[in-house]
Amino acid sequence: MKIQEADAKTLLLAQGLPVPPWEVARTVADTRAAADRFFAAGNEMVVIKAQVLVGGRGKAGGVKLARSAAEAEAVAGAILGMSIKGITVRKVLVAPAADIVREFYLSAVLDRSARRILLMASAEGGVEIEQVAVDHPEAIVTLHADPALGLMDWQARALAFRLGLGAHLRQAVGIAKGVVRTMLANDADLVEINPLAIVRERAADGSTVERLAALDAKVTIDDSALARHPELEAMRDLDEEDPTDLEARAAGISFIKLDGTIGCMVNGAGLAMTTMDLVKRAGGEPANFLDIGGGARADKVAAATRLILADPNVRAILVNIFGGITRGDEVARGLIEARSVQERSVPMVVRIVGTNAEEAQRLLRAANFQTAVSLDEAARKAVAAAGSAGAAA
Amino acid sequence: MSILIGRDTRLVVQGITGREGEFHSRAMLEYGTPLVAGMTPGKGGQRVLDNRVPVFNTVAEAVAETGANTSCIFVPAAGAPDAVLEAVGSGIRTIFCITEGIPALDMVPVVEEVRRAGARLIGPNCPGATSPGRAKVGIIPGSVHREGRVGVVSRSGTLTYEAVQAMTDAGIGQSTCVGIGGDPIIGTTFLDVLQLFAADDETEALVLIGEIGGSAEEEAAAWAGQHLPDRPKVAFIAGRTAPEGRRMGHAGAIISGGRGTAQSKVDALEAAGFRVAGSPTEIPALLRQAGVA
Repeated sequence: MKIQEADAKTLLLAQGLPVPPWEVARTVADTRAAADRFFAAGNEMVVIKAQVLVGGRGKAGGVKLARSAAEAEAVAGAILGMSIKGITVRKVLVAPAADIVREFYLSAVLDRSARRILLMASAEGGVEIEQVAVDHPEAIVTLHADPALGLMDWQARALAFRLGLGAHLRQAVGIAKGVVRTMLANDADLVEINPLAIVRERAADGSTVERLAALDAKVTIDDSALARHPELEAMRDLDEEDPTDLEARAAGISFIKLDGTIGCMVNGAGLAMTTMDLVKRAGGEPANFLDIGGGARADKVAAATRLILADPNVRAILVNIFGGITRGDEVARGLIEARSVQERSVPMVVRIVGTNAEEAQRLLRAANFQTAVSLDEAARKAVAAAGSAGAAA
Repeated sequence: MSILIGRDTRLVVQGITGREGEFHSRAMLEYGTPLVAGMTPGKGGQRVLDNRVPVFNTVAEAVAETGANTSCIFVPAAGAPDAVLEAVGSGIRTIFCITEGIPALDMVPVVEEVRRAGARLIGPNCPGATSPGRAKVGIIPGSVHREGRVGVVSRSGTLTYEAVQAMTDAGIGQSTCVGIGGDPIIGTTFLDVLQLFAADDETEALVLIGEIGGSAEEEAAAWAGQHLPDRPKVAFIAGRTAPEGRRMGHAGAIISGGRGTAQSKVDALEAAGFRVAGSPTEIPALLRQAGVA
């Protein structure tokens, strides 16, 4: 699960990382009021950042500076409501603009090959790490946390020196260890600070000091761990969720909406992807990824049918079930039941093999469903059905 | 021979009294698997599956009483990492963890402990393995198999059944089929299984079934290209149409930062001498082309 920058910063702050203050605003007036408070506190400039769960906000014009309350109001007016990669901006983060001396990149991810937590850092902050990896792979410093001992101080010190952060050693070590702690405490897949910056600040006596600060934060949470983190589930941004996502989660169905016209209902993630691929190969476009999971019964099949038909682009449905734990006759009954109550009728091609497949075939034929024996045949039939349904519409 | 499981397997099922555990244990027993013990804390002393299998409170007791040397875990996600550690701590050296939905970070220290102890973990979130005609451990339907000499390794469940059924229908049998699991952190990789197959004198050809996400297929391909140049090799990769940045059901199936794409895997496999199928149903024909009798 992706969470917004503001929530990610809350998680970093909870682990003692240096995150400058911020406020979240959902309206132009609230943005202006938040900016006003930062100006009143002595800041000369604020940054206003669109809160969306997609990358590339800056390039899309979703991050802007403002030097006055009036300017903050104008900027908020432009950002709120704008569309970034198809997502409507509904809230912004307001924070004092930092006086940046130098930018770095720091993240912790799960390294699947090494089966450990991997820390990645670079002195080329502020740009996407993928780009740095292509242009200057030598600029990326990596190290693994020990599976049992975690990230040790000496490792964090070595990382800091390699980044040229010797002058900020104590703080850099604390931040590196804090990133790993944030990951472990929240079951995160990714904790990213980009940029981690040396910022210049005015001290109480009027002199300037330089210190490290996390100016942006990105955290994604392991979906499998959400059950034991109810406080993180509360960070799920329903603004950016399709209503079907909610229904799919409630039904225990893995569902991802796509742009095509052929709805897919499959048991098993690998087979579901394969079914989509074969639809494409037969000249069609899949409308969704849908895995009903193992052992699915009639009610789940009915929920899956509703999810697929909620997409008005769907012109045909391809059902592909390889029965193991899942019983083919249960699925067939679910399909027959679902069809009797659905509001919209689209052609359906059903392929059921494996456990109780013969009984499933009998039920489906009696109910006049179009059936297929092989997976390739099912894909071809579904593409043909969608084509003729499209022509008729 | 066969790999991982075979005639010497003596299986203990952890979580045998649960719904899934009991259902699949029955199927394993009916397939002829030497299932010698079950284990559920607090249910020790019972006998299950028509009185055929004794249940123990601990894995250590099951090992001491029955000589169990292989474990299959159906324990729910919250207790599964501990179940793996109990198996390791009780001297079991081959452990299959079927459980899905285990938080990935829970598995990091567990996988390390398994490695340190010199044991082997397959999974989690895997369908298990079958050595046709000898033993089946896990949830793969026994009916899809036929005895033979092709080794199959896959990250998926039902997709594997599909591919193996197509092989069986075409008269091509398998030495062992292994599902390694769809999670980001797993105990045994494609590369590990290919190395086991390479050392198995009954495995003449290899089928690798991968999917988007990570780089395990690429790593296995590079090794196979170098070490098994003459062995017939066929592969299939699921997820050519998967969009970037979305997790396709399996926790590990995600393309991120342009890495883990189907195309990168197909390219690596073809460069290593694999014939890559466009559909699982094409696997048998490609095996024949590669010289499988």
